[in-house]
Amino acid sequence: MRLRQGQFSFLPDLTDQDIHAQAQYAIDQGWAVSVEVTDDPHPRNTYWEMWGHPMFDNPDAAAVVFEVNECRKMHGGKYIRVIAFDSTPGWESIRMSFIVNRPADEPGFRLVRQEGEGRSLRYSIESYALREPEGRRYA
Amino acid sequence: MSSTAPVPRPQSVDLTAACEASSVRDILQDLDRSLIGLAPVKARIRETAALLLVDRARRELGLASAPPTLHMSFTGNPGTGKTTVALRMADLLHRLGYVRKGHLVTVTRDDLVGQYIGHTAPKTKEALKKAMGGVLFIDEAYYLYRPENERDYGQEAIEILLQVMENNRDDLVVILAGYADRMDRFFASNPGFRSRIAHHIDFPDYSDAELLQIAQTMLDAQGYALDGPARAAMAEYVTARRQQPHFANARSLRNALDRARLRQASRLFEAGRGPLDAQALSTLTEPDIRASRVFRGGLDIDRPSA
Repeated sequence: MRLRQGQFSFLPDLTDQDIHAQAQYAIDQGWAVSVEVTDDPHPRNTYWEMWGHPMFDNPDAAAVVFEVNECRKMHGGKYIRVIAFDSTPGWESIRMSFIVNRPADEPGFRLVRQEGEGRSLRYSIESYALREPEGRRYA
Repeated sequence: MSSTAPVPRPQSVDLTAACEASSVRDILQDLDRSLIGLAPVKARIRETAALLLVDRARRELGLASAPPTLHMSFTGNPGTGKTTVALRMADLLHRLGYVRKGHLVTVTRDDLVGQYIGHTAPKTKEALKKAMGGVLFIDEAYYLYRPENERDYGQEAIEILLQVMENNRDDLVVILAGYADRMDRFFASNPGFRSRIAHHIDFPDYSDAELLQIAQTMLDAQGYALDGPARAAMAEYVTARRQQPHFANARSLRNALDRARLRQASRLFEAGRGPLDAQALSTLTEPDIRASRVFRGGLDIDRPSA
């Protein structure tokens, strides 16, 4: 099951050229672009692991593509996303976020039913990948 | 879907029109006007501009053309304008569409080489990333290589530089700069660099007349002027300064002029009577120049002991 998170996730995978164009837009808006990586694709997993520092002072997006490719060398089998942080007062938040790399095989999510008091049911989802310990998922 | 129909290729290109359109002519003329002397350097820059224009024209006609490699090395004595020309070069490459942003990032050994194991690679990559889309200017590049210390981290920086210079050729242009003899030794011990740098540009020393003209330009830019005797003194100063140690061409002159301004200010302050007009405030006179130690044979420590 293809993970749909962030921008462009219903489109085919972005090429390096597409990533360059999108990142350049973010840089031109004055946002700090950074690369993040995770192997836990749960939609509520907000904080992914940072790959290097946010790129505050790179005027050209070639640096972003360079870092994405460096990250792919090490974490090619995980999810990698590019995010753009807007530091202007009032925003101080992520303005863009899109996945640029995904595992070859995405097993998807299972529904977990938890029985509560008085026949009540709580539902949650869990990625099948999470059954393996960290570092061995998507191997 | 008719929107994807290929645009017909032009049968011919007009180089003059292309030149006008990219405002290359302006920048070349500006270079001629504002930089004094440096004839061989200007010739090389003009050749580079021509190469890039022709390359672009070839691409428009659909002729096979790998983008030319433009990494350069600038060699020359101190104060011959290497950094100034690098700035212009970045602008030129940007207008010709060879680099996307056209900014200049100036670094030295300290910005590239780390202090402990594992520190160098991120530092060098950081500098390279900052320069992407523009020009990376490595001043005094020969300090990167320290043959006397085999554990020096400079070698690591050199390897990363070479790799990026090769793989990200479209993303940035690297310019190495330094004094001629040391750069020659640097290239001799790093053959990889020599072969990846196609353009070696040598900056000649300025002649006395050129230096005087440069002094004039610097003063104009600051709104100062030399009176007649001061100009003669300045000409003598240039000749005398050249014979003395640590002569750094235009940079020596800039320092001399800064000190002359200091002396002029204190002269006006000492005299300090009556109102001063703009003329008096912006004229350097002969005593301001003559007071320089250069006329007495240089610094005491540099003077050969009698």
